[in-house]
Amino acid sequence: MEVFLQHIINGLSMGSVYGLVALGYTMVYGILKLINFAHGDVYMLGAYFGFFFAHKLGFAETPSLFGIVVVLILSMISCGIVGFLIERLAYRPLRHMPRINLLITAIGVSLLLENGGQMLFGVDPKFFPEMIESKILFSFGEVSISNFQVIIVAVSMIFMILIQFVIFRTRVGKAMQAVSFNHTYASLMGINIDRIISFTFVLGSMLAAVGGILVRLAYPKIDPLMGIVFGLKAFVAAVLGGIGNIPGAIVGAMIMGLSEEMVVGYLSSTYRDALAFLLLILILLLRPAGLLGKKSAEKV
Amino acid sequence: MKRNLLLFCIIIGLLLGGNFLFPLGLNPYFYLILIMCGVNIILGVSLNIINGMAGQFSMGHAGFMAVGAYTSAAVTYYGLLPHASSYFTQPIFFLISVLAGALVSALFGYVVGLPSLRLRGDYLGIVTLGFGEIIRVIILNMNVLGGARGFTGIPIWSNFFWVGFFVVMVVMVSFRLRNSYHGRALFSIREDEVASEAMGINISGYKVRAFVLSSFFAGIAGGLFAHIQGYLDPGTFTFLKSFDAIIIVVLGGMGSISGAVVAATVTTILLEALRELQRFTGGVDLRMIIYPVVLLSLMLARPQGLFGNKELSLRKKR
Repeated sequence: MEVFLQHIINGLSMGSVYGLVALGYTMVYGILKLINFAHGDVYMLGAYFGFFFAHKLGFAETPSLFGIVVVLILSMISCGIVGFLIERLAYRPLRHMPRINLLITAIGVSLLLENGGQMLFGVDPKFFPEMIESKILFSFGEVSISNFQVIIVAVSMIFMILIQFVIFRTRVGKAMQAVSFNHTYASLMGINIDRIISFTFVLGSMLAAVGGILVRLAYPKIDPLMGIVFGLKAFVAAVLGGIGNIPGAIVGAMIMGLSEEMVVGYLSSTYRDALAFLLLILILLLRPAGLLGKKSAEKV
Repeated sequence: MKRNLLLFCIIIGLLLGGNFLFPLGLNPYFYLILIMCGVNIILGVSLNIINGMAGQFSMGHAGFMAVGAYTSAAVTYYGLLPHASSYFTQPIFFLISVLAGALVSALFGYVVGLPSLRLRGDYLGIVTLGFGEIIRVIILNMNVLGGARGFTGIPIWSNFFWVGFFVVMVVMVSFRLRNSYHGRALFSIREDEVASEAMGINISGYKVRAFVLSSFFAGIAGGLFAHIQGYLDPGTFTFLKSFDAIIIVVLGGMGSISGAVVAATVTTILLEALRELQRFTGGVDLRMIIYPVVLLSLMLARPQGLFGNKELSLRKKR
């Protein structure tokens, strides 16, 4: 029972990071109907940006709360710029083309970031500097909650609430909803579609950067290919909850994190990566709209 | 009919001749590249049936290849190798083994093809990618097949003749398919599903058939691949391998068979030609930088691929 509780705690903390990255997928899908394969790699870049800022600014040697906040913000800004550039240079010129071309482009961008990353950062994994000391905050018997887990869940929650606020309460958010509903009508209402799409990419990439750095508190190893599988899992989480649906992404991510932790805990860690796809296939066959998604009749 | 028979004999003769001459005249490294070209051609042409002709975006082709490779290797290793193989029975054994791999792979193609009836576009891509990964993970956990250590002890039976033979077969079947009623049906599904259904085409049937045929060919590629070096490693069949196949199809032009053949040859040779440069890039495969750049510029400048829908042909256009 105690082991089970521990797995639940671990799963929730991992799930909340999946949630951050899944939000990026779901927002872009909602607006462009595109699976942004490169999103997982933006997550990877976020971790690398954090790594470099931490070392260049000297926060790696002297860990402090201020340091990690600065590193987080700088890395968010850098990833925002990367996300903006990806959309501007690769996706925008192709927007009027068939979706299959966009998808191939997305794969291309993703491959470019992964292999470019390997070239720039080296193939060998690097270790993220320990910016906060690891502490056990609570422990009941064998169940223990570390300060990392609390930070990961808390920061993710803050950003998720922030995103909810931006999308449902602000002017830009309303515009985003309108664009995701219909591009043409939105532009007839005087919304600058290009700007809204750029904004969505920037927002999503920033969240990915947060995810990239948060996970590094608990698992400091970073390598240029780590974004592929993580990104796919986050995408599966988004589909699980109903793609294009913001609360759905978070619910899906939690399920994803929990079930993954259970498989690792009770079966074998080699099945870990297969689980995500199994969930995906099941949900797409049984309930294609996702858990929280609305069923819509297929238009011809 | 007579002409076709003659052509068949000439091809067999050429392949047999090449089979004796190439290992003598070519150094083993180039010979290996030649054979890998053949395997990649089969892989590209087979994916072209789903992605190019039928327009269904499959991203799990490495999975089919893995099924073919491992089945064929297992049939050879457990079923055929214990029997004495003489100079005469060995080709028959090899044929049995490769076809067994292809058949099992086709079965998987059927199972994976079924969701394609419900899903389209990028969702289908992700699901097929998922199937491919699941297949790989299952193989990774099967001790009979060597698991993570890899499958060793497969006899090296692939040679120029067999690879060439299957390349000719696959390419020929593809061409015949393309010009047949069935091929036209696939193209019509690619262009517009609703319209082609309205024209009385059984969309579901054709989609599944495309998957079965394509995975059958991918299984052949896998079977040949298994017998090249006598060693199989599940790490070979990750989704990066599927992306390789997709890149071949996209580069050659979706739906163009000769495009896929040319693209497969070029990418295989490119891989080897750029291997030297890895010293300067710190072990990074430079090809993997060039691919995406080419892919992106292709999508921006010539989205239909190098060959588009066209084919290289010796005959004049009528």
